[in-house]
Amino acid sequence: MAYRCPKGQGEAEKIIAECGLRNADYNGEKAFCNPKSEIRNPKLKTMEFTEDQILRYSRHILLPEVGGDGQEKILNARVVLVGAGGLGSPVGYYLAAAGVGTIGVIDNDRVEISNLQRQIAHNTNRIGVFKADSAKETYETLNHDVKVVTHKERLTSANIKDIIKDYDIVVDGSDNFPTRYLVNDACVMLKKTLVSAAVFRFEGQVMTIFPGQGPCYRCLFEIPPPPGMVPSCQEAGILGVVTGVIGTIQATEVIKAILGIGEPLKGRLLLWNALEMSFRTVKVPRNRECPVCGDKPTLTELIDYEWFCSMSH
Amino acid sequence: MADEIKIDKTIDIRGQICPYTFVRSKLAIEKMNVGEVLEIILDHKPAVENVPKSMENEGQKVLKIEQTGEKEWHIVVRKDKEKPKK
Repeated sequence: MAYRCPKGQGEAEKIIAECGLRNADYNGEKAFCNPKSEIRNPKLKTMEFTEDQILRYSRHILLPEVGGDGQEKILNARVVLVGAGGLGSPVGYYLAAAGVGTIGVIDNDRVEISNLQRQIAHNTNRIGVFKADSAKETYETLNHDVKVVTHKERLTSANIKDIIKDYDIVVDGSDNFPTRYLVNDACVMLKKTLVSAAVFRFEGQVMTIFPGQGPCYRCLFEIPPPPGMVPSCQEAGILGVVTGVIGTIQATEVIKAILGIGEPLKGRLLLWNALEMSFRTVKVPRNRECPVCGDKPTLTELIDYEWFCSMSH
Repeated sequence: MADEIKIDKTIDIRGQICPYTFVRSKLAIEKMNVGEVLEIILDHKPAVENVPKSMENEGQKVLKIEQTGEKEWHIVVRKDKEKPKK
């Protein structure tokens, strides 16, 4: 993955070559995306924002909790979106606006007219285009500091680890249980922060998973519901704005995690209902007998559950 | 003593207006160590109030505000605090 440097790629590569870092370390602070590096390189203290970056990110820099060094963490962060649909679209939009340097988009569907009621990364001219390509165009046009890496594949037990290993944070915006469980299990196994969410009609839920520190999705719901029990996405319907609200909350969780500020939705499931216009949070304990993140995990291989939601076209 | 403040870094941000006067001052002081002193030269009158106020809000110490010309001010700030962690 490319390292993003306000001085340009050439300068970044030079510094990385000199100090032997894959992700350079600004301000002598441990960079979020490089947990293993304790190396302090005084050269990096001289890194400067471009004039455009000072203007573009000025409202972030003004915040005491963000500042210039926080913005640099955002520029260095690598986040991957599972799905560029209703949830993934606004997540990617706000992450691109915030300047997240590398955004991966995993989706092998193409844009359809029925998506456009909620999937704001796409537009009418993009019908028939791969959603990953459409999202790349939208996000990179919004912010040239952002590099979008497209993964036009369906996630399976065979490819997921390879795809997500290069990212710091995973955002689940998938619309089906097999993917949701696959992503949860892979993130636990690779110790990746996961911002998981789901929407249904007028409601949505979000939880952020820090493997080893709090509960995972399986601590909450140990196994997927049986096929046929939950109406598929196409049958149930969804109010478009619900994906916007929930996706924007996911993006907020991602940025807080990059910056290490505030209280994440760790061990708390956030529930939002549009008709009641109410938020509530439910405490979720870590299950010590959880098959994937418990004290003695029994699930050590990834599972490809049967696709029961009528899958995309 | 007030006349003998040792300046560690000076930024000339004449031509800049709010909020970029503070944005640039903040970026400069972030890269400095606690105890070091930053001098800011500016010509945007509202910033003469706003920059010191914002610096104090973030825990820094304003040592001096001086008008040095018809439209020129020098603000001297000592870094007292790294940014909050949470």
